[in-house]
Amino acid sequence: MAVNPKKHEMPTQAPEVRAHNFSEVALGYTAEIAKEEALRCLNCKNRPCVNGCPVNINIPDFITKIKQDDYEGAYQVISLSSSLPAVCGRVCPQETQCESQCTLHVRAKMDPVGIGRLERFVADWHNAHATEKPVAPAANGHKVAVVGAGPSGLTCAGDLAKKGYKVTIYEALHTAGGVLVYGIPEFRLPKAIVAKEVESLKALGVDVETNVIIGKTLTIDELFEMGFEAVFVGSGAGLPNFMNIPGEAYKGVYSANEFLTRSNLMKAYQDDPHTPIMKGGRVAVVGGGNVAMDAARTALRLGAEKVYIVYRRSMDELPARREEVEHAQEEGIDFRLLCNPTEILGYQNPDDPRDPKNGFVTGIKCVKMELGEPDASGRRRPVAIPDSDFTLDVDTVVMSIGTSPNPLIKSTTKGLEVNRHGGIIVNEDGLTSREHVWAGGDAVTGAATVISAMGAGKVAAKAIDEALANA
Amino acid sequence: MYRIVRKKVLNPTVTQLEIEAPLVARKARPGQFIILRVNEDGERIPLTVAGTQPEEGTVKIIFQVVGATTETLNHKEEGDFIQDFAGPLGVPTHTDGIHKVAIVGGGVGCAIAMPLAQEFHRLGAEVTSIIGFRNKDLLILEDEFRACSNELIIMTDDGSYGRHGNVTVPLKEKLESGETFDMIITIGPLIMMKFVTLTAKPFGVPVTASMNPIMIDGTGMCGGCRITLIEDGKRVTRFACVDGPDFNAYEIDFDEAMSRGRMYAEYERHAYDEACNLFRNA
Repeated sequence: MAVNPKKHEMPTQAPEVRAHNFSEVALGYTAEIAKEEALRCLNCKNRPCVNGCPVNINIPDFITKIKQDDYEGAYQVISLSSSLPAVCGRVCPQETQCESQCTLHVRAKMDPVGIGRLERFVADWHNAHATEKPVAPAANGHKVAVVGAGPSGLTCAGDLAKKGYKVTIYEALHTAGGVLVYGIPEFRLPKAIVAKEVESLKALGVDVETNVIIGKTLTIDELFEMGFEAVFVGSGAGLPNFMNIPGEAYKGVYSANEFLTRSNLMKAYQDDPHTPIMKGGRVAVVGGGNVAMDAARTALRLGAEKVYIVYRRSMDELPARREEVEHAQEEGIDFRLLCNPTEILGYQNPDDPRDPKNGFVTGIKCVKMELGEPDASGRRRPVAIPDSDFTLDVDTVVMSIGTSPNPLIKSTTKGLEVNRHGGIIVNEDGLTSREHVWAGGDAVTGAATVISAMGAGKVAAKAIDEALANA
Repeated sequence: MYRIVRKKVLNPTVTQLEIEAPLVARKARPGQFIILRVNEDGERIPLTVAGTQPEEGTVKIIFQVVGATTETLNHKEEGDFIQDFAGPLGVPTHTDGIHKVAIVGGGVGCAIAMPLAQEFHRLGAEVTSIIGFRNKDLLILEDEFRACSNELIIMTDDGSYGRHGNVTVPLKEKLESGETFDMIITIGPLIMMKFVTLTAKPFGVPVTASMNPIMIDGTGMCGGCRITLIEDGKRVTRFACVDGPDFNAYEIDFDEAMSRGRMYAEYERHAYDEACNLFRNA
């Protein structure tokens, strides 16, 4: 039977409908589509896809189970390697990881197998149908503390709990999930899915202590005094970056972290929210990453009449996932590429200093750019075109240009070395300069992906197990 | 969930709660703050720690009813629980090398100023407290201030208690008479802190202002609490939650902070009215 060269399309909400709601955009494969897609997998011997996965899921095996209609079996294969399959099936950049290595793609120049979509199908099927709760394994008597309940911390905790470690996760916010709950919007990753993954960790015996800020409420030294034998730091990225251009303090200028946290974690997208957010009007999101796409599409769903993405390079350099860019374009986000903001403009009534409109954003001044010679990163460096200034009239500006590491843990942990960007320095096992302290995720790398953070949590869990089991 | 151990009404709009939060109680130092949520789905609001009892595991907070969240909090009674209580956050107030201090507080800001006055008193510093209120009915913590101050000056805007006028009047008199301080610490409305700073400037006395901007996480993640400092002529962004809340008052762009503080004024007024109606009908 000839292989279908095309990946099966993901059923989605129509763009004109989804642009006005916060329900999930991608609806997921049906069992029929999943099977058809699974049948495209050649089950090739050298399994290049497995090496493309940061947590090395045994991809051909789980796809084989789908071909046999054994969805729970497929789930069990995935869960040997991944603690958060329903999350990864949605937010992993599969096109640059497992799917980029697929033999169909590399050798036959066809669409790769839709591995991510199949993973999501399997995880959703399990969540909807599985009745058996995970059982906590026999305790091995060792205690481990995990700092931060984001992707790296949850993964590290899950892997250790499965081996019998007593794990306590300390989370600074009031809800576990990290970027999965404060950053990634409901329409891309429903929060009920994250809550379910956290519940399964608790069923494995993991304790989650919210409202504890390590570095403030407790220090790492105190965790050791409390009897923890190892600490994993997965505290995430921190302080939002701004451009340091005039006008960034005007009312209506947000960091992407703040804008998304208000909408996602604090549920400002719901009717009559307790936490306010600027809704409607015209919005410019500065930046071109996945976070910028999330912010732009959130603004649209909050009722904006016009949303721009302002990015200083061209479409080829745009770092966001292609799928997210396409979804944003379908929904009507206006991409202003090769444009760089130079100033944010605000309202000032010269006759009335008490005018309530004073100090609110009215526009963003930009300059057009062209691409010059490649810079150190290998990307062509954008250069301003003289006298090309123009202004976009907007009410809200969201700065989505990355974050710098959070200083709270470093400043209260003696002997914890960081690099010049403030990221915690670790060896290949995730071990820091402090004995029995491991770290991973954005706290180490700066802003990166959910799956690479999970990979780091996994590596550290293995190293912690080796260190403590032989202690 | 965090239990309310004691509740004390200080004036018609200002209430003091003692909350059971042993980890925070053990760590909190004067000048630090906590973040709380009253209910599930509630807003996160920062409140400065007004005292701790580590043995009992309780943390004291004092708040003014200014919006929907504080209105809801004010309806909680002893024995009730609040959803979340996290901290201590921010950098404690610096006390090293300060032997003579003026604490200048206004309104509910005096609730934050009081534990500082107590701390300096405990450390053996000479404490002058100047506290101002709109009128006698709004006066809070008089006995507490008196107990820890070498001199206490109470000001009211309408002259109904203490001296008539605002806090800058006695501060200016003292500075003009040649009295000096190692540090003036000012806590209260932004406009008051701005004028305290302007009053002290000609005399070259260092001034620290405690900022209380809009905040969400309080741990350096959202950037909503950013303020602009003018350091050596350069405008730099600082985050009140991790770099503050105390800053060198001479460097703060107060006008910008005042403008940013009003970002959600309209929304908050509306939400407050709704919350009041809710309790009225209940």
